[in-house]
Amino acid sequence: MVQVNELIRVRDLHKIYRMGDVEVPALCGINLDIQRGEFVAIMGASGSGKSTFMNILGCLDRPTTGAYYLDGQEVGSLSQDAWANIRNRKIGFVFQGFNLLPRTSALENVELPMMYNGLHSGGRHQRALEALSSVGLGERVHHTPNQLSGGQQQRVAIARALVNHPALVLADEPTGNLDTKTSAEIMELFQDLNLKEGLTIVLVTHEADVAAYAQRQIHFRDGLVISDQAVRPRVQRLQG
Amino acid sequence: MWLMTLRIALRALKRNKLRSFLTMLGIIIGVGAVIAMVAIGEGAKALVRAQIATLGTNVLVILPGTATQGGVRTGSGGVRTLVDSDARAIMDEVPSVALASPTIRRTEQVVAGNLNWATVIQGVAPEIQQIRDWQVGEEGRFINQADVDNAGKVALIGQTVANNIFGNEDPIDGVIRIRKIPFRVIGVLGAKGQTGHGTDQDDVVMIPYTTMQKRIMGITHVQGIVVSAVSAEKTQEAQVQITALLRQRHRIPPDQDDDFFVRNLSDIAEAASNSARVMAILLGSIASVSLFVGGIGIMNIMLVSVTERTREIGIRMAVGARKKDIMLQFIVEAVVMAAIGGALGILLGISSSSVINRMMQWPVLIRADIIGVALLVSGGVGVFFGFYPAQKAANLDPIDALRYE
Repeated sequence: MVQVNELIRVRDLHKIYRMGDVEVPALCGINLDIQRGEFVAIMGASGSGKSTFMNILGCLDRPTTGAYYLDGQEVGSLSQDAWANIRNRKIGFVFQGFNLLPRTSALENVELPMMYNGLHSGGRHQRALEALSSVGLGERVHHTPNQLSGGQQQRVAIARALVNHPALVLADEPTGNLDTKTSAEIMELFQDLNLKEGLTIVLVTHEADVAAYAQRQIHFRDGLVISDQAVRPRVQRLQG
Repeated sequence: MWLMTLRIALRALKRNKLRSFLTMLGIIIGVGAVIAMVAIGEGAKALVRAQIATLGTNVLVILPGTATQGGVRTGSGGVRTLVDSDARAIMDEVPSVALASPTIRRTEQVVAGNLNWATVIQGVAPEIQQIRDWQVGEEGRFINQADVDNAGKVALIGQTVANNIFGNEDPIDGVIRIRKIPFRVIGVLGAKGQTGHGTDQDDVVMIPYTTMQKRIMGITHVQGIVVSAVSAEKTQEAQVQITALLRQRHRIPPDQDDDFFVRNLSDIAEAASNSARVMAILLGSIASVSLFVGGIGIMNIMLVSVTERTREIGIRMAVGARKKDIMLQFIVEAVVMAAIGGALGILLGISSSSVINRMMQWPVLIRADIIGVALLVSGGVGVFFGFYPAQKAANLDPIDALRYE
């Protein structure tokens, strides 16, 4: 048994899609380690394989071959239900399109992940409120997504990602639908969570501005990692 | 977990109130129709059964036959060969017969004080009480053998007659006059209601058949003999044996027709109850079809709902919902819709059957077990027709579902 200390260890990961008779390779042997507390930006053009890689990291898709250890556990070959459990407890998702339930209050959206781990309703409520206030949305908890601005909606989505205290947050183009100013606010929030809470964040983006908030930038091209470098993260305006 | 799933389902249904209601309407109408139709069918069955009980299922009636004189055939009752000793002989000699009573009927004016009333006077023997299951009011008694032997001037009167000529007075030991002959009222017959043909069985006066023969009609024959077989199953056997006995007693040569008819009431009763049962089954199955159609409506809307909420399903899966959580959510939604529809349908069924009862004077019988079954069936319809859409939802790929626009 390999002792794995990294939060994420990926070895020789391949993913091949079948389109009828044609085999389309999406990932062609990825090797990657991500430590706890890292803030990593994955960059690349569309078709570079970064989204496929995110789906595999998020236990939404199965690698064709290769190994993926999350938190010391080989998860690439687990059952669907085991994946659902891991997504629930260890992974928080933040999407480009926010993906909040429509006509459902911010509070209930944040409570959603706890509905699938058997937490009683009083505890859910409390934790959802805490998560919302940690992303600066203590006030508008009873508003529905269409009553909130894009930035506020993304904050709700982040609160939902955090509410089960995951080991890993996966953010897929989290600023894609936001203006520059709001993007900066959201990225500062991520940076804050990473610095103060030690949260591990893997961010997918094609914008250099956004990637600049991370400590490490990994570039994908044609299903391969072409560069992997530590960078000095952009300093927050508010940090003295 | 269950409570929460239920709440999610209710909220999802509330979001599309009109659509949910229209979908439920199929079940509401289906369940309502089943309950109302079964109530009508059961009501008809119960009515037939009650009527049969008042007639007696093991009762046979012997009527005098026809006679041909110079090419002219008289109707039934044209011959006078049936006599009271035939009744006695049938009772004593036919083993499958329990009781027999002669009957003679005629419509006469009955007078009591200054009131009068035209009714059927029936001359009977004491056995008729058991054969026809007549009850006698507490203070009275039925005709006994002594009344028959000395052609006593005693009478029992039916409820309708009592109401019409005695009003609120106690008829017991009162005097009624039939053709100016005074009769002492010895009892009031218990109410039997109407027959299936609308004849009021309580509009009757009973006197000993001997009194009828001697004092009112001046005849020696009888117009009929009412017989009860030892059991309903023995009526066929009794019919054959009575026919043989009467042919022998009336000395009818083998090449001649009977001079009497033996009528079997259980045939009529069976036919009536069969047709009522067929009607109940027919009504029930037509109604079940509408329940089935209601179920298809639920499936249709659930499929639409799954497609519409693909993204929601994707989100739920991303935050940790397992296949069975999604499955449960949609099945519960379908079942809730069907169960609410079923409950409303029960109300509709009960109220429409009582409206039918009141407006059309049809008997209805709402059975509690049918209501229970209706509720269970509508829940079952929800599970059955919700299963496929729920499975479709649960088998969605989360990646595709999240990307769905």
